[in-house]
Amino acid sequence: MRPPIRRRPWAADRADRAGGSGEGHPSPGRPTEGDLRSESGGLRARVTTRRGGFTLDVEIEVAPGEVVAVLGPNGSGKSTLLGTLAGLYIPKDARITLGGRTLTDTATGLAVPAHRRRVGLLSQQALLFPHLTARDNVAFGPRCAGRGRRESLEAAGERLAEVGIGELADRRPSALSGGQAQRVAIARALAVEPDLLLLDEPFAALDVDAAPAVRSVLRRLVRDTGQTTLLVTHDVVDAVVLADRLVVLAEGRVVEAGPTAEVLARPRSAFAARIAGLDLVTGTASGDGLTTPEGTTVHGIASEKIAGGEPAVAVFPPSAVAVHRHRPDGSPRNVLPVRLAALEPQGEVVRLRAAASPDGPPWADGLAADVTPAAVAELGVEPGDDLWFAVKATEVAVHPRRR
Amino acid sequence: MTRARPAGGGAVSLALPWPVWVPAALGFGLIAVPVAGLVVRTDWPNFLALISTPAALDALWLSLVTGLISTAFCLLLGTPLALVLARSHLPGLPVLRSVVLLPLVLPPVVGGLTLLFLLGRTGPVGQLLDAWFGITVPFSTEAVIIAQTFVAMPFLVVSLEGALRTAGERYEVVAATLGASPLTALRRVTIPVVLPGLVSGAVLSFARALGEFGATIAFAGNLQGTTQTLPLLIYIQSQNDLDGAVAMSLVLVVVAVLIIVTTRTRDVTGVR
Repeated sequence: MRPPIRRRPWAADRADRAGGSGEGHPSPGRPTEGDLRSESGGLRARVTTRRGGFTLDVEIEVAPGEVVAVLGPNGSGKSTLLGTLAGLYIPKDARITLGGRTLTDTATGLAVPAHRRRVGLLSQQALLFPHLTARDNVAFGPRCAGRGRRESLEAAGERLAEVGIGELADRRPSALSGGQAQRVAIARALAVEPDLLLLDEPFAALDVDAAPAVRSVLRRLVRDTGQTTLLVTHDVVDAVVLADRLVVLAEGRVVEAGPTAEVLARPRSAFAARIAGLDLVTGTASGDGLTTPEGTTVHGIASEKIAGGEPAVAVFPPSAVAVHRHRPDGSPRNVLPVRLAALEPQGEVVRLRAAASPDGPPWADGLAADVTPAAVAELGVEPGDDLWFAVKATEVAVHPRRR
Repeated sequence: MTRARPAGGGAVSLALPWPVWVPAALGFGLIAVPVAGLVVRTDWPNFLALISTPAALDALWLSLVTGLISTAFCLLLGTPLALVLARSHLPGLPVLRSVVLLPLVLPPVVGGLTLLFLLGRTGPVGQLLDAWFGITVPFSTEAVIIAQTFVAMPFLVVSLEGALRTAGERYEVVAATLGASPLTALRRVTIPVVLPGLVSGAVLSFARALGEFGATIAFAGNLQGTTQTLPLLIYIQSQNDLDGAVAMSLVLVVVAVLIIVTTRTRDVTGVR
């Protein structure tokens, strides 16, 4: 394990260097706002805006050091929200405070420009400056903050080593693969130690092979530095691996919010259920896959190297679950008794929602299995019936999980 | 017509139909044959003597100096102009762009006359310059530079605005989230990213300034050593001493070829 990265008293340092001209940086101990709640730090954002026929109306809070994922389909207002937080878009009505500083307040006409917000952004594309080497890209932010050239370059080298590509520091972006470029972008975004890091689908443009490793790097760095982070994604796995809390956005509104595993395991809105669309079992990593808190094993394949005993989550699609009246014989490694709670028609398939059976593990509660209407008719099931769910180990992915 | 296949293997390009080849060959000939004729027609034994007469050397030197100074002015004024056109949201931007591009389509002589009317001794601005500072612009080396800048600047603006639009604002957005002020972002990100466009724009402007004739003769006249640039000298010489005109023309051809070669290699290998 690498040593944890210490956060430096950067903002104060910067204010000194700015020589009093840093109007965007209120000096410590001199609160600019009477709002006591915003003094607690972290992000508080209330954004209402209209774009075309679309209305965004959300309230989001991120505590210091917390990672919150905003999950939603295209057109749910995620980009507008990010743009507003980063200061690239001025909404109709918004109030945003970060660590006690007010960044946007449409009531008073205040809008701190993007470069004074200390809000970092990592998007799908790495967008490395093409004329600079990897090292110079990472040193760019610290140099803008007034750090010395040598100091910035040395720190950049260390940052690149942290993301696992120290040996590529002198390469131009054109000589880097997509995964390598995204690692540089991660190092670059974290090098300025932003008060808030915005992640905009940071793995969506990567190869299927490259994404898990990059995700793992980002997870480790965000955790080690205690980086306050807002992640926007439509990939549930991103949220599971990175986020403490989940906010589900639909048509410009927050429809659900809560701890990640809770929201995904027991979606209260039909929308969240559809977005989640996956079965999740939390526990700790073990040699065969995952061990649940009460000691049962879920057999699966780890998406990346996870040490035994680390927090983990087993993920499988409901379509991979076979449903039986009686205990099945043969190959499936994961077989568990459940009691049927509900039948939910979902287009072409019927989703069987399970409750825990008295004979089975408690974590079966909330699991879903997708079967064809014909199979439902054949099984002749109705809520309250005792059934068996079976999942092949190869269909179960085991991911590391926050906490 | 068979498809060309590289000896070492490689991508095969689709065959072009014959109606493309014939006009293409004619068009190429129209450009290449006269230039080749120029090479044949040149009085080679006396070539060096012809291009080193005092008048020729004066004109060559004047052309180079004024061309370089004009290019510098194009960069100084045209770069901000291109930034405004590509990045600002001023109302009436299309009108502004049309005005900036006017010298591209305007006959240069007309451009020279408009400059003469504006800055001439009796012109609205020229009158004031004369009365207040005792400055007379027309028929001076300064006039040559103003005329060249007038006709050459649109080349830089067009080239740079295209590069700016292709690059988009994404890098500036990243720079801002990393704490770069707009001025820092311009200096350390925008300009380096569009540098290939800036260089090729500057080279094109220099080439245009070097070949400038109409606006110069209308606004600056034809005085040896002061306003007589190479194209003007070539035109005058072609009336009585054709050998000298041809030799100096060849010098301009060589310069033009050099310019094309530099910009083409930059296009291919430049930072993208």
